[in-house]
Amino acid sequence: MSDAKSTAQAVVTARELNWRQGIPIAIMVVAFAVAPLFVYPVFLMKALCFALFACAFNLLIGYVGLLSFGHAMFFGSAAYAAAYTAKVYGFPPELAILTGTAIAAILGALVGALAIRRQGIYFAMITLALAQMVYFICLRSEFTGGENGIQAVPRGRLFFVLDLNNTMVLYYSVLGIFLLGFLLIRRIVHSPFGQVLKAIRENEPRAVSLGYKPNQYKLIVFVLSAALSGLAGGTKAIVFQLASLTDVHWNTSGEVILMTLLGGLGTILGPVVGALMVTGLENYLAQFGAWVTVVEGTIFVICVLTFRRGLIGELSRLLKRPL
Amino acid sequence: MIFGISPQALMSQLLVGLINGSFYAMLSLGLAIIFGLLNIVNFAHGALYTLGAFVAWFLLEYAGIGYWGALLLSPLVVGLVGALIERTMLKRLHGLDPLYGLLLTFGLALIIQGLFLNAYGSSGLPYSIPEALSGGRDLGFMFLPNYRAWVIVFSVAICIATWYVTERTRLGSYLRAATENPILVQAFGVNVPWMITITYAIGVALAALAGVMAAPIYRVSPLMGSEMIIVVFAVVVIGGMGSIMGSIVTGFALGVIEGLTKVFYPEASNVVVFVIMALVLMVKSSGLFGKAA
Repeated sequence: MSDAKSTAQAVVTARELNWRQGIPIAIMVVAFAVAPLFVYPVFLMKALCFALFACAFNLLIGYVGLLSFGHAMFFGSAAYAAAYTAKVYGFPPELAILTGTAIAAILGALVGALAIRRQGIYFAMITLALAQMVYFICLRSEFTGGENGIQAVPRGRLFFVLDLNNTMVLYYSVLGIFLLGFLLIRRIVHSPFGQVLKAIRENEPRAVSLGYKPNQYKLIVFVLSAALSGLAGGTKAIVFQLASLTDVHWNTSGEVILMTLLGGLGTILGPVVGALMVTGLENYLAQFGAWVTVVEGTIFVICVLTFRRGLIGELSRLLKRPL
Repeated sequence: MIFGISPQALMSQLLVGLINGSFYAMLSLGLAIIFGLLNIVNFAHGALYTLGAFVAWFLLEYAGIGYWGALLLSPLVVGLVGALIERTMLKRLHGLDPLYGLLLTFGLALIIQGLFLNAYGSSGLPYSIPEALSGGRDLGFMFLPNYRAWVIVFSVAICIATWYVTERTRLGSYLRAATENPILVQAFGVNVPWMITITYAIGVALAALAGVMAAPIYRVSPLMGSEMIIVVFAVVVIGGMGSIMGSIVTGFALGVIEGLTKVFYPEASNVVVFVIMALVLMVKSSGLFGKAA
């Protein structure tokens, strides 16, 4: 009897938690929906693509504790695949983006199978090295256009009706893709699968003793993270009509880490806030050349030394509710 | 002719491979020593290698101090910078997840690289070979530039000296003991916090030394370290960071393999180290000389 009661209580609390977290998410959705009235939509679209990328990256570092230093390879290869199929084969945008996502997932399965053999800092070094290999392959390959990249990618019509050459249609399509990815990630995190991931992060030997196979879970979440990064990369290629070496460079891998760290590792909203801030910063500092790198490096140092929970992580601690 | 390749081409690429290998060895050696005691992977290692080369260039440009002075002074300066970094920042990460050390040093690498890019652009500055080592000799089957021969001999000597100090001297035994159990070593009266600072300083001084040696071969460029560090990370994954000799051997071997790839299949020369890393991970995931982790 008391057991059933406490279970019922636990369910209510979980629901309540879900609801409490729902409010900030609803605010975010409304903010993004009205934002193009006040902010330059192209900037917002860039921020949305990187926000999805950061959320996908956070799935790995925030919930399994695996730091990938090579996530640009998924973002970039999906951008190339989407740009190439849209431009050369004339794929409609949704199919081009899905192709990119699929390529990123396949690459994720290959890289993940290798990288999860080691943990911690070795995992970071392995992903960085494999991403550098992908970078060199993109640099040398015919189809990527080398230093020029793939330019003038046609945007086309989404589902044959929505003309993406209209900026507002494009913006709300990107927002739709972002929300799809964002809610999927939230669903994964709150699912029983996500609970096992957190158990592995907290105490891997204990998860093993309970009969879970951590490597299977790690591989699945790695592929999911890679695929969602690919979704972000493919969308970015269609929006900016460009896939270039920047997308696969280690700098991009570093940026996505910075966004997630600044916003808050392991928070749902942190990567979105981090992505907005870093993209804004880059936009503002673009005219000052390499000072962007210096400022980004400084933010890294300050984050690690003073607020390791990130902006949203600290806020969540102050408000005593998960964000 | 062997497989349609002239012995001259083969030997000259082998030489380039050995040179790169000596830089890989010196950098992965420093990384291994730092990792052993601090439990931190020093992402700033490549940037401090760049800093070493730039200090050599500054010394020549503004103080008229040439190569030989720089070979001594530059590692000293960079070592002091390293000690400062350890005392003010890395020290505060003690006991945290080692990933934070990686993130912090990555930030430092970005700062150093960005500052040099702002000041000097990406094309790089020339640094000439010291007079005593200019020219070269004809060995009959190939032409051997004196400076390149010096780089290989000197780096082998430095590597062996480092190995000797850590494995065969009292100081090294303290170091190895502190790697195993710092609290116990401290209880025996060794000042472990200072030992950590000095170890970090020596590790990055080795990187700076490699930077000075690289300056006359490559141009002194802000980007010279960032590409180097990624390859060195792969070297470290292949060798495993558990053994000093392992780092040295792996560094040289991979340099040579990379050089040979340039002769037989030039398209793959940039990726061969990463391919080997993937193969090693499949066969022996703890690395060739590593302990299981």
